[in-house]
Amino acid sequence: MNDMNHDSYVTADGRTIGGVVMEMKNITLRFGGVVAIQDISFDIRQGEIRAIIGPNGAGKSSMLNVISGFYNPQEGDVFYHGKKRKPMRPYQVARQGIARTFQNIALFEGMSVLDNIMTGRLHQMKAGLFSQALWAGRANREEVENREAVEKIIDFLEIQSIRKTPVGRLPYGLKKRVELARALAAEPSILLLDEPMAGMNVEEKEDMSRFILDVNDEFGTTIALIEHDMGVVMDLSDRVVVMDYGKKIGDGTPDDVRNNQAVIDAYLGVAHD
Amino acid sequence: MVQSSQATDGLVSIPALLARNVSKFADKPAFREKEFGIWQSWTWTEAHEEIEALALGFLTLGVNEGDFIAIIGRNRPYFYWAMVAAQMVGAVPVPVYKDSAAEEMAYVLAHCGARFVVAEDQEQVDKVIDVQEELSKFEHMIYLDPRGMRKYDHTALNQYSKLQDQGRAARNTLQGEIEKRVARLSYDSTCVMLYTSGTTGKPKGVVLSNRNVIQTSKNSVEFDGLRQDEDILAYLPMAWVGDFIFSVGQAMWSGFCVNCPESEETMLTDLREIGPTYYFAPPPVFESQLTNVMIRMEDAGKFKQWLFKTFMAHAKKVGGDILDGKPVGGMDRLKYALGNVLVYGPLKDTLGLGRVRVGYTAGEAIGPELFDFYRSLGINLKQLYGQTEATVFITLQPNGEVRADTVGVPAPEVEIRIEDSGEIFYRSPGVFVEYLNNPDSTASTKDSENWVATGDAGFFEEKSGHLRIIDRIKDVGKLADGRMFAPKFVENKLKFYPDILEAVLFGNGKDRCVAFINIDLTAVGNWAERNNIAYASYQELAGHPRVLETIQNHVETVNRSVAEDPMLSGCQIDRFLVLHKELDADDGEMTRTKKVRRVVVADKFKDLVDALYAGDSEVSTTTEVTYEDGRKGSISATLELRDAKTVQVAAQKVAAE
Repeated sequence: MNDMNHDSYVTADGRTIGGVVMEMKNITLRFGGVVAIQDISFDIRQGEIRAIIGPNGAGKSSMLNVISGFYNPQEGDVFYHGKKRKPMRPYQVARQGIARTFQNIALFEGMSVLDNIMTGRLHQMKAGLFSQALWAGRANREEVENREAVEKIIDFLEIQSIRKTPVGRLPYGLKKRVELARALAAEPSILLLDEPMAGMNVEEKEDMSRFILDVNDEFGTTIALIEHDMGVVMDLSDRVVVMDYGKKIGDGTPDDVRNNQAVIDAYLGVAHD
Repeated sequence: MVQSSQATDGLVSIPALLARNVSKFADKPAFREKEFGIWQSWTWTEAHEEIEALALGFLTLGVNEGDFIAIIGRNRPYFYWAMVAAQMVGAVPVPVYKDSAAEEMAYVLAHCGARFVVAEDQEQVDKVIDVQEELSKFEHMIYLDPRGMRKYDHTALNQYSKLQDQGRAARNTLQGEIEKRVARLSYDSTCVMLYTSGTTGKPKGVVLSNRNVIQTSKNSVEFDGLRQDEDILAYLPMAWVGDFIFSVGQAMWSGFCVNCPESEETMLTDLREIGPTYYFAPPPVFESQLTNVMIRMEDAGKFKQWLFKTFMAHAKKVGGDILDGKPVGGMDRLKYALGNVLVYGPLKDTLGLGRVRVGYTAGEAIGPELFDFYRSLGINLKQLYGQTEATVFITLQPNGEVRADTVGVPAPEVEIRIEDSGEIFYRSPGVFVEYLNNPDSTASTKDSENWVATGDAGFFEEKSGHLRIIDRIKDVGKLADGRMFAPKFVENKLKFYPDILEAVLFGNGKDRCVAFINIDLTAVGNWAERNNIAYASYQELAGHPRVLETIQNHVETVNRSVAEDPMLSGCQIDRFLVLHKELDADDGEMTRTKKVRRVVVADKFKDLVDALYAGDSEVSTTTEVTYEDGRKGSISATLELRDAKTVQVAAQKVAAE
């Protein structure tokens, strides 16, 4: 891509934001006659926290699913590291370094926290079925290496005390944290968070915000998130895309967006013709 | 009392002990810490290398002899190393409670004039940065966990491992200086300074010399026969004198291994994995472990419950005696051995206490039932009495002479004297040097002959020669007829019941005693649920007739037990009420450490005390409460005042006289 923006800049709090890593160009997504996303374009830069906000039904989750490759838009293209992305299966997306969490927690309830996070490393294990079954050679070695990586994440997210606890027994806020841990286990270069704070109390929100900032800061992970809580979005994000009825109505820094009349109307409710 | 250093083979400082341990126990484990799910360990040789690297690092920062180095963090090998490294360069380590608020921290750091701070993580670093304006002598901070620290200005800030690297790089030029400084340490140089928690007024900095720490460690190690192969779990606050003595003094003296848990929340799991042989815990820790066991037993199958009940009953009968080496019949021993295989052994293992040879509890009174439960399992749990100013040990219970209501005999080389007022005084090699920058307090606590006032009232039991603590001396009073009034003695007996959270006894200068009682919402709420008793609030549950009935039974049982005590039989509870609200620190009724402020309570609820003494059967009252966000409100209630049966002992007393 010739028009790709490679200028990097340093934010007020000292983080370096790089060039564009992912670009959506004129994306339109339809489900039958319903237009979920209508001609939306925006980009995500290396190392930034990019939020997508909007009222209910604005098409935020659909947008996240387009980024994650789960939906293939009827029109428009997604460019990843400057290359046009072909329709892909979710596991192919995961191999490209994109990991996500879900709005409705999607963990294995009967498995321990540790095992759940280990599943995030599956695509990095290459030992064959035979070797896995015998627990020998490569399988054993891989388990040790991956366990070490997982333990570092457990330490990072401060969930040592629930390492062996079945996920089904955990409260909601901790489940969300485990889901984040599993996404991190894949060592993604882009992390997609679908409403990471939904249903949390103030304290849990503060913890989660801290972890999101720390992940971004420590690992340099690019983060795209959808969130309802405006306070959280404005505090966390470097840039915000605002959607309403499938259309993009604003895009810019939190301050730009806050003062955008279209955004104010969408949130305060103005009669639509 | 002055001990020559010959008694300790010329080992007059912690760095000297470290050097001895390196040559004697080189490859034996000195420290372990669970990190990343695995127990990482350091041998004495490795630990010495780490400590020396940090000490060299301190020199590169320009640490002078006599400087104070504050250490703020949870129990991790790195902070124990920092304390010894500070001693190596002639500085004084000052461990600080890591959960102190910024202002409390500011007071402590300013009071000792710490030039350097070793802090655990961003949270602690931020706290110090917040208050550094007030710290005129503060110069440089070292942090352990680099997370979130990258963007900080590093001109007066170093990462722990980087400072060690810096020290290692300068080894050639600075090694000689370290050796010189260690050689200059004497038995009289300061080993450590610890701040007392400050329940009364501002915290005081207790200066302990090498003599205090090493002599006391040596004596207590010999008293209990502690060996090089002990394992301990270091989980109590590093700023507390007990942790310093167990994890530094005794560990360095005997050369045993200090194990640090992975995090505060994983302590019980880590305890089980390590299986310490020497263990200390305050009563609440034992209590919560027992509660866990009981709750899990409720969910067990019928057969297992039967097994548990049968053998626990047997353990209660003979377990303590077997532990004390008293004569027990053959059949009983056989049955106990069987119980050990089926119940006690596995249970102890689950609790992480399977390998405990010596266990201690202290800090507050422990319920006899709780105490006996652990001892009947064959865990050698004992009590000790001590304070920071004594370098912990004042009295200890010897093996085989353990009871729930005494604190044992004087520790080796400790002299004890009881004044006419009942106050306990002691003199020992562990008597602290001074309170830093506070000669007045030093003088009022310690006299010219080194006798120290404890502030506690107590007496020696004639039969056993054991010390019994009654109460804080300032709380002890007299009833109208001259008999002793010691509220804590009775309150503790009440608080041993799980459904009583707090109790406050009144009676100083009166002819009889009355009590306020707070129910424990968790325990009583559980009971209500099981008995289909509906309630909408704490107040409603506290006033429920069946709850009052239960509490009345407890009060009357306590009265019978108090009546048996010849000195304190006057403290029986004549009338009582169950309070309509929980005593709370936000309302000023308790300290932040959950100790009742008697004066405040007596003043605030004066109407209730008066009604109890007036003999009313009911009283209506309105109380102001403070909500968590600082708003004020009030609650009103009508409380039932109850009479409790007391045991008449006055007649006996007269007869005895």
